[in-house]
Amino acid sequence: MAKYASRLNRIFWILAAAAFVVGLYGLYSRVAFGHTRANYGSYVPWGLWVAAYIYMIGLSAGAFLFSTLVYVFNIHRVSGEGTVAAPAVGLADGAAFERERLEQVGKLALFTALVTLVGALICIWMDLGHPLRAWKLVFQTSFRSVMGWMIWFYSAYFVLLLVELWLAMRADQVAWSSKSALARFLILGRRDVSATALAADRRLLRILGSVGVVLAIAFHGSVGAIFGVVAARPYWNSALTPIIFLAGALLSGGALLTFVTAIWGPEPGSASHRNLMGFLGQIVLGLLALDVLLEWAEFSIALWNGSPGESASIRLVLFGQYWWVFWIVHVGLGVIVPALLLTVLWRKLWAVALAGALIAVTFLTVRLNIVVPGLAIPELPGLEAAFTGPGLTTNYLPSLSEWLLFVWAVGLAGLIFLAGRRLLPIIHTEK
Amino acid sequence: MTESEKAPTTRRGVLAGLAGTLGAALALTAAGRRSAAAEPPAAEPPAAPEVRPLVAAAPLTSDALGRMHVELARALAKPRLERRWVMVIDLRKCVGCHACTIACVAENKLPPGVVYRPVLDEEIGTYPNVTRRFIPRPCMQCNEPPCTPVCPVNATWKNDDGIVVVNYDQCIGCRYCLTACPYGARTSDFGYTYTAGTPLAQPGILGQEAADDYERVASFEYGKARERKGEESPIGNARKCHFCTHRIAEGMLPSCVTTCIGRATLFGDANDPDSLVAEMIAKPNVMRLKEEMGTEPRVYYLL
Repeated sequence: MAKYASRLNRIFWILAAAAFVVGLYGLYSRVAFGHTRANYGSYVPWGLWVAAYIYMIGLSAGAFLFSTLVYVFNIHRVSGEGTVAAPAVGLADGAAFERERLEQVGKLALFTALVTLVGALICIWMDLGHPLRAWKLVFQTSFRSVMGWMIWFYSAYFVLLLVELWLAMRADQVAWSSKSALARFLILGRRDVSATALAADRRLLRILGSVGVVLAIAFHGSVGAIFGVVAARPYWNSALTPIIFLAGALLSGGALLTFVTAIWGPEPGSASHRNLMGFLGQIVLGLLALDVLLEWAEFSIALWNGSPGESASIRLVLFGQYWWVFWIVHVGLGVIVPALLLTVLWRKLWAVALAGALIAVTFLTVRLNIVVPGLAIPELPGLEAAFTGPGLTTNYLPSLSEWLLFVWAVGLAGLIFLAGRRLLPIIHTEK
Repeated sequence: MTESEKAPTTRRGVLAGLAGTLGAALALTAAGRRSAAAEPPAAEPPAAPEVRPLVAAAPLTSDALGRMHVELARALAKPRLERRWVMVIDLRKCVGCHACTIACVAENKLPPGVVYRPVLDEEIGTYPNVTRRFIPRPCMQCNEPPCTPVCPVNATWKNDDGIVVVNYDQCIGCRYCLTACPYGARTSDFGYTYTAGTPLAQPGILGQEAADDYERVASFEYGKARERKGEESPIGNARKCHFCTHRIAEGMLPSCVTTCIGRATLFGDANDPDSLVAEMIAKPNVMRLKEEMGTEPRVYYLL
């Protein structure tokens, strides 16, 4: 591992541990005081935790879809120009070696998808009024509700991620099993690493990956549809909403994976690693353009049609009290700066990594700006003034406890990632 | 009560009844006077005229509240599926006293942040040419409720009476229904208490432990006594107006109806053609909120 990567790895261990420890107060606050320390209420019933959920679940779906580039679409080689070659084009010299590295990125993507999913589920679980009744979502589902479908989709997705990851790591686990008890346990007794067995694994991975593409789209599309179907909220109630969710998932997940690959990818600093980063950077740039296009479509149609139902929320996003969240954090740090980095400095590894990190981190504000402004417009004029009490307001800013619980979930996901990266054969440099 | 049940129930009937009682009373007085004039003057002072209370003279149904009570009993005798509970709010009679809001809070033991029937206060014009309009907003009990199909665990539905109810033991508290209601009629019980942060007892003084007794007493929503404690339901649940189903079941009108000082809120079975509400919703000056959404509310406003 290159020097910069190992140093950054150590910094991220410290950051994740700090987030976990500091965030424990948020967890304590939620367990001890229920929802009374949170600022969402009855008129803005969903707040930071729901935004964090759709943010992290988007990261997961996006990272997963990137893994399918390797397992389904068979992209096995990235040239210096950032172009790709599939095996059908012919395996040139060293292509087999290259293929192995890209498969490692596939595993990295799967593992990233898994830990972000865990973080997302913690946030939404804590958001429930009765977390101990969460099992009803799976066993007493109403399929008239989009949310019911989503629950089943992501349960299936969770299982699929675990199986895919297990299959992708199996051969290495078998090789490690002589010295690692964890690896011995994780192979679950299947130690056949003959060429036919590995080919069978690969075939199964390809099938699962193909199913996964559909499942990830259905699953994150249904997350968007949860919002899209709510006719009472004109800002959400659009057929474009699930599509924007998917594009956002691809962008934010791809950006996160780009950043993760820069530090924890195979052989950081090597020529092939640079090629890979250039390739990922270009995909992210393309997805950024797509996302901006869809955002423009959504905002421009609503603003030009002049119907206050929908434009009221968008005016709140653009010119409301929290205008800077959109203009400075999202447009400035999440679109313009990364776009410049990816177009002007795209050959520099740090620039691509930074662009990925900026997009991935600032995307939380995009999710917040979907959830909150849709709710912050009173459904009947004067409703928010008709009665007073905690939560009977349309002004929402997450409380400290809410932020800390989110930080804890991120810290936990980060620690799982770092521990997994260390203990599991996700990336290994031994030849 | 048997007398009042036999009493006429249409408006015309009520008027006829009233006229009849009045006529009889007048005739009686006149007859008394005539007979007194015919008799020779007596030595003892004349007996004090019999005082008859005016209210007893009028049938129970002469007042909207009494009439609705009788009609409620009649509706309850029908099979559930044949009833159509409807609320009519006469905005011309609403003075914005908020008594209904508070009666509802008291009836259902609502904690801070939970409200079933706020009264929207609209100010029209600019000073000094100002007038105000008040719009009480209970749950609309939509015939096509957008809040029920979104529930991922079947915890809320429209019951046989057409009232949208919540099963507190099934609700997981995801608050999706809160976002889906176009009227903001659902609120969530986040577990707040009025007495939180107030001083605990000092020796000889009643402190928080005694003062908060009133917010621990059971509410009888949906006919089940539930005390507020810990994180038990209804804490953590979506809550909403249910037309006081627990009162209706006992033959009582919803709390907001009985408490309204101006008889501005009417309640009854719209499937009963002789009922007060059936009469009112056939008026031309009737409207429903957000009619364009196709939710078919069962709450009508008279303008």
